[in-house]
Amino acid sequence: MDVAIIGIGLHRFGRSPDMSGLQQGASAVRAALTDAGLSWADMQFAYGGSQDAGNADALVNELGLTGLQFTNIWNGCATGGSSLHAAYSAIKSGEYDLGVVVGFDKHPRGAFNPQPKEWGLDDWYGETGLMLTTQFFALKTQRYMHDHGITEDALIRVSEKAFTNGSLTPTAWRQQALSYEEIANSVMVSHPLRKYMFCSPAEGGAALIICNADKAHHYSANPLFLKAAAVRTRHYGSFEVFAPSQAMTVADAPTVTASNAAFELAGIGPEDIDVIQLQDTDSGTEIMHMAENGFCAHGEQEKLLREGATGINGRMPINTDGGCLANGEPVGASGLRQVYEVCVQLRGEGGARQVPNQPKVGYTHVYGAPGISGVNIITK
Amino acid sequence: MSNQIPLHEGLFTWPSSNPQLLGSRCSQCAEATFPAQPDCRSCGSRDTKIVELGDHGTLWTWTIQTFMPKKPYHSDETPETFRPYGVGYVEMPGGVRVEARLEANNHEQLKIGMPMQLDIIPFRTDENGDQKMTFSFSAVEDL
Repeated sequence: MDVAIIGIGLHRFGRSPDMSGLQQGASAVRAALTDAGLSWADMQFAYGGSQDAGNADALVNELGLTGLQFTNIWNGCATGGSSLHAAYSAIKSGEYDLGVVVGFDKHPRGAFNPQPKEWGLDDWYGETGLMLTTQFFALKTQRYMHDHGITEDALIRVSEKAFTNGSLTPTAWRQQALSYEEIANSVMVSHPLRKYMFCSPAEGGAALIICNADKAHHYSANPLFLKAAAVRTRHYGSFEVFAPSQAMTVADAPTVTASNAAFELAGIGPEDIDVIQLQDTDSGTEIMHMAENGFCAHGEQEKLLREGATGINGRMPINTDGGCLANGEPVGASGLRQVYEVCVQLRGEGGARQVPNQPKVGYTHVYGAPGISGVNIITK
Repeated sequence: MSNQIPLHEGLFTWPSSNPQLLGSRCSQCAEATFPAQPDCRSCGSRDTKIVELGDHGTLWTWTIQTFMPKKPYHSDETPETFRPYGVGYVEMPGGVRVEARLEANNHEQLKIGMPMQLDIIPFRTDENGDQKMTFSFSAVEDL
């Protein structure tokens, strides 16, 4: 049984000072229902998640107490990927025909401040200043650049592309393109990553209406199909965030195994993908995720970036809406924002940021603490 | 007179004139981990022993923490007195890469592959006036 996406909704990422995170989630669900031409009462089930904005199932207070099955999902930055996977499984199992996946969040300004106990660690690790996601991405990027001959030029070009794409995306938080020099001269935050190479915690909501593909044409003239949804956690030896120690031999990241599983499920390969969304909490991770998801060899990224291959008009467009760098990261919503953008592109509704030549196959990838990845493949 | 007590028990030998980092090693698969834990992350065995991981190593990767972290960070510093610090993974003779603060905080002082030395240093003063000690690494040539 196949799974279709028949409605997409977004509550704009950035800052919505007059709205709670929950209200931004409800706003995204209403937009997705309108897009699908359906009502909340039609929904048989819901999966949703949020880090800092409350329990997702409290959305029924906003949307209506219809008695549907509503399950809260929490899986770090991979929450959206995990929620969509749960909904995909619910349809695949045959238990349900029609439901909603939603993510939303509202974070305070500044870096995240995770609590060690919630991640199976002792207090000393946080007290002594070792438990920052920004540090981990810098540490991983530093080693990756050393091993694969990547220079700062590549880090700058990823950010330059992100903010250019953001400037073409009406829903993006950061709408101003930044020059190469502005990025290269921005303040160093965690060497080798500078200010304009990091995304910021933000606010926003995203929702998808999904259904049994056999019934998709009943609801929508242009349904899209979720060909694969895969979520994997870390292996022993993979180099992950919130790790007081690492094994001496580095194993494949969970992104590699999730990506392989998704390609196998869909029966296609990286060369078949027309539009790509990769987790880009910082420009270093976009570079590493290009190779971990199979889109290039390790070390090939710098050349591809110089050639513009990952731009909107390139042969592997990545993060066409500006990604996390230009949209910020409301953790619960971020993975679903990626799916939203791929659906916009496959429908040909991307406007100024539309990938040319009618893309037919899209790919999304989230990565979260403490080493979890979710990959989706979506087709026309 | 203030005492120097570890911030957390079991991370390193203390007090000692020659302190060593402590971890655990699995008796089944021989993999080591830091900090010590009763079960093995590699093979799932519960047959592990606490071992000394060493007092020196090689820098495997590094960065510099330039802004003062939010809580749960808990030092004696204020935003005005905060001093950036290095963070790295150091490959230990005991066979594991350990994440640690580095005393160097300038990118020109840090290079992958450089030899590093373990230091046990005062981190903050508690309400009794005792110094809470933590582990850190410095470049060998600094000594």
